[in-house]
Amino acid sequence: MILPRTLWIGGALTVLFLGAALLSLLWTPYDVTQLDVANKLKGPTGAHWFGTDHFGRDIFSMIMVGARTSIAVALIAVGIGIGLGVPLGLAGAASRGSWLDEIIMRGNDLVFAFPSLVIAILITAVFGASAVNAIIAIGIFNIPVFARVARGAALSLWQREFILAARVAGKGPIRISAEHVLPNIANLLIVQGTIQFSLGILAEAGLSYVGLGAQPPLPSWGRMLADSQTMISFAPHLAIAPGLAIVLTVLGLNLMGDGLRDLFDPRLRRVRT
Amino acid sequence: MAKSILTRATTCAVALALSAGAALAAKTDITVGMQLEPPHLDPTSAAAGAIDSVLYSNVFEGLTRFGPDGSVNPGLAKSWEISEDGLTYTFTLQDGVTFHDGTAMDAEDVKFSLDRARAEDSANAQKGLFANIASVDVVDPLTAKVTLTAPTGNFLFNMAWGDAVIVAPESIEGIKQTPIGTGAFKFDNWVQGDSITLVKNPDYWGTPAKLDKATFKFISDPTAAFAAMMAEDIDAFSGFPAPENLPQFDADPRFTVLVGSTEGETILSTNNKQPPLDNVKVRQAIAHAIDRRAIIDGAMFGYGTPIGSHFAPHNPAYVDLTGNSAYDPEKAKALLAEAGLADGFKTTLKLPPPSYARRGGEIIAAQLRAVGIETEISNLEWAQWLEQVFRGKDFGLTIVSHTEPMDIGIYGNPDYYFQYDNPKFREIMDELNVTTGGAARTELMQMAQKTISEDYVNGYLFQLAALGVVNSRVVGMWKDAPTQATDLTSVYWTN
Amino acid sequence: MLRFILSKIVSLIVSLGVASLVIFAVVEIIPGDPAAYMLGINAQEDTVAALRAQLGLDVPKWQRYLDWIGGLLTGDLGTSYTYRTPVAEMVGERLWISLPLAGYALVLSTLIAFPAGLLAAARRGSMADVSVMSATQLGVAIPNFWFAMLMVLIFAISLRWVSAGGFPGWDAGFFAGLTALTLPAVSLALPQAAILTRVMRSALLDTLDEDYVRTARAKGLSRGQVLWRHALRNALIPVLTIIGLQFSFLLAGGIIIEQVFYLPGLGRLIFQAISARDLIVVESVVMLLVFAVILVNFLVDIAYAVVDPRLRRK
Repeated sequence: MILPRTLWIGGALTVLFLGAALLSLLWTPYDVTQLDVANKLKGPTGAHWFGTDHFGRDIFSMIMVGARTSIAVALIAVGIGIGLGVPLGLAGAASRGSWLDEIIMRGNDLVFAFPSLVIAILITAVFGASAVNAIIAIGIFNIPVFARVARGAALSLWQREFILAARVAGKGPIRISAEHVLPNIANLLIVQGTIQFSLGILAEAGLSYVGLGAQPPLPSWGRMLADSQTMISFAPHLAIAPGLAIVLTVLGLNLMGDGLRDLFDPRLRRVRT
Repeated sequence: MAKSILTRATTCAVALALSAGAALAAKTDITVGMQLEPPHLDPTSAAAGAIDSVLYSNVFEGLTRFGPDGSVNPGLAKSWEISEDGLTYTFTLQDGVTFHDGTAMDAEDVKFSLDRARAEDSANAQKGLFANIASVDVVDPLTAKVTLTAPTGNFLFNMAWGDAVIVAPESIEGIKQTPIGTGAFKFDNWVQGDSITLVKNPDYWGTPAKLDKATFKFISDPTAAFAAMMAEDIDAFSGFPAPENLPQFDADPRFTVLVGSTEGETILSTNNKQPPLDNVKVRQAIAHAIDRRAIIDGAMFGYGTPIGSHFAPHNPAYVDLTGNSAYDPEKAKALLAEAGLADGFKTTLKLPPPSYARRGGEIIAAQLRAVGIETEISNLEWAQWLEQVFRGKDFGLTIVSHTEPMDIGIYGNPDYYFQYDNPKFREIMDELNVTTGGAARTELMQMAQKTISEDYVNGYLFQLAALGVVNSRVVGMWKDAPTQATDLTSVYWTN
Repeated sequence: MLRFILSKIVSLIVSLGVASLVIFAVVEIIPGDPAAYMLGINAQEDTVAALRAQLGLDVPKWQRYLDWIGGLLTGDLGTSYTYRTPVAEMVGERLWISLPLAGYALVLSTLIAFPAGLLAAARRGSMADVSVMSATQLGVAIPNFWFAMLMVLIFAISLRWVSAGGFPGWDAGFFAGLTALTLPAVSLALPQAAILTRVMRSALLDTLDEDYVRTARAKGLSRGQVLWRHALRNALIPVLTIIGLQFSFLLAGGIIIEQVFYLPGLGRLIFQAISARDLIVVESVVMLLVFAVILVNFLVDIAYAVVDPRLRRK
């Protein structure tokens, strides 16, 4: 089987950043909590590949650890979305048209109606800024996304013969959802998951840019950008590295999502080739 | 629509003609950048320094006023007499002073302003300044008599604060939106979120302002402040927020960088009641673990003067006590071991928004980690900081700049947020309050500095520098910041 | 039909009620006291209490909620604690920046997306298509605030073509205002244009697969003619839906961009109000934004139902 080219490129970028994140657990070129003010704001050199920041920390090491922060936040937020959103969507589809379905759908609309960044700011105003609260803020808005995708896909499945057969065989809606519906929408959820993952990386960067994400000394890409802002006129390298890290990670995930969709959906692949 | 475009075109043409003419003569208007916008325009009912930064001395005046060097000079009171017992101040007011709405300023207005500030339902953020006033009496329209409950050596100093300016009962209703004062400039317009414009007061009682118009532009973002200054969109920036950009201005002949002193002691405030920080050995260990030079270089890019106690270095009574807490990590470790904490400990470090705190906090956290003290950093907004740290006393360490002038007295209050409780220090303060002799006062103030330095109450970091950038052709901007003010009354342009 | 609309109205009202409760509850549990914040660290306790009374903060929460809702129903958004001006007035002023900014960004993104999407769809699989699609991939991956920073570095700091931010006010002239909004609008438009291009392309491709388009082709119309005469018109429906969604997103989603360019818009008003604990402003503005989105959704539902009677039974 030939894999789509987008999947290759996207997968490679994703593996690169996942690898950097995992590696940073064991090793980084320098300790990111070690400051060396005397060596601040140095451009890229052999010793510091991406240069040093305003405290003399090694930017390359900070990018590696920052990958960990970004990926962890976005991944857990996707987990929250799937964990809560998919059951809600399946329940809605199984009880189509009932009051339960109505409440779930109205609830979804309501969450969508809230401006997400404002809610994130409110959440951190209540609980304080931290990586955990960033996860919650991003996770909440993932729930209706997955609920909608799951419900939409499940609705059409409920019309199909094999589900009717299962109902005739006396299986209950919960069992049917788990045994017959879920496996058939898994591909769709994986694709959506990749998209939400990349949106989560962007959201985390935005939140920590305005100071609401992971707290120091844990590096995060968004905060690195915020810190660099006043120094961009004489040390642009501070802004380039974290910005590119965000772009490449998001790009990788999006390409991978596209590739996966092509892989899972033969109809689309035929259209493409 | 067509009409408005036409009007605009005419306005533009007129403006062009005007600016062509102005190119020959010296400019008479100025645009001053500032980081924070005032929430409203009443200096007597909010703590926001931004209100004073725009209005103090320009629009509002008090009985006395601060000079550029922090000295207390006559203001609306041209002279005063102090009774033998120090309890009665009789102020003689300037003659012929009117408010910007045309009403006369007289002793009734003085009584109204002071009584309003100390009233039961007063919303004055510095109500303590008026605490010793027993009564304010109108002797005649140009004479006001203030009677105190106890001698207050600082009384004339207190009356110079922005919170003690003279306001009129006729215009108090709208003061938050339309401030009416007696100053050399009148309030003109406020575009919320953008700028405030003042214009020259042609009927000013004193030396008239040299500028015809002054615009204060609020630019909270340091990058934008840098760019606006570089593009000459603004002529001066008082309190420039990003010290890292100052060398670039310094290298540019178009600009002058003003580095002056402030009253801001920047300290690592320590909760003296929270174990293990209640142990003086632990606090001493923290003091020796801190490298002030690295903090000033890393957080302030070199701007700031190291301090070893809670006292401004430019004050004549200052003693250099930085030696008590010299950088010595080995000694810090030894002290921790003596305190039974050889393996270190964990505490919280809560940081308010200013960059001296956020950046300084990251550096201090790294320095403390080097001697085994782990800190959990949380970045707080001011509202959270006030609630948790200042009022709730729920913190281990925090970084803040105490910007009030001569505020060592806060160490005499055991309920103050860092909770320093030393009867010996309180005795010094009590004695200081009743001492009038210059030499004796100096000695007491130096004793106070030494006491808190040797008790290692807080980590003493540095005196905040006043950082300003002005166009090189602008003359008369204050270099130092003895109080929150951007006094433009004697500012002018040269060619 | 009437029953359908009635049920939609009931659900609209319930949604708004729930939203108001959620907003009020979240905002009120934020720690921090507006009066203490305004008076700073030297304030005495009795001063803080006096100010709380002046602001009306000393009445029970449930009563404040009812007062707030009562006010909203009569069009009164309350009075700001810090600025002491009516919230409606402040919102009005800020909207004069946020609305034109959102509109400007939308126009830009549409101007980019329409030709790009058309081109990509018309020449599916060509180099042009691949380039456009790659560009859109990049467009959605770039964080708009980073893009904004880079543009400030290039156009404001290095080239000095425009000022780095701020807003001179529309009084300074239409052109001056537009110039000040250009970099922010471009930053906002970039990811939106990328998304819109993709939607445009796939909507066009979908309609090209429809039977009537095949018929038209069979009648001898060229591919380009089909695209113009038939596909474009039908593809407009999903495209317009996305544009509508983007507009409401841009209105509130500009916070970070407003922050980068220090524009005194609606987003920054919320941001400042939260940090000053100007709770009434936060509550009213968020409620207003939620109301706008819910109302748009409601109108879209009704419009779809009018067009397609089958939807009414759902």
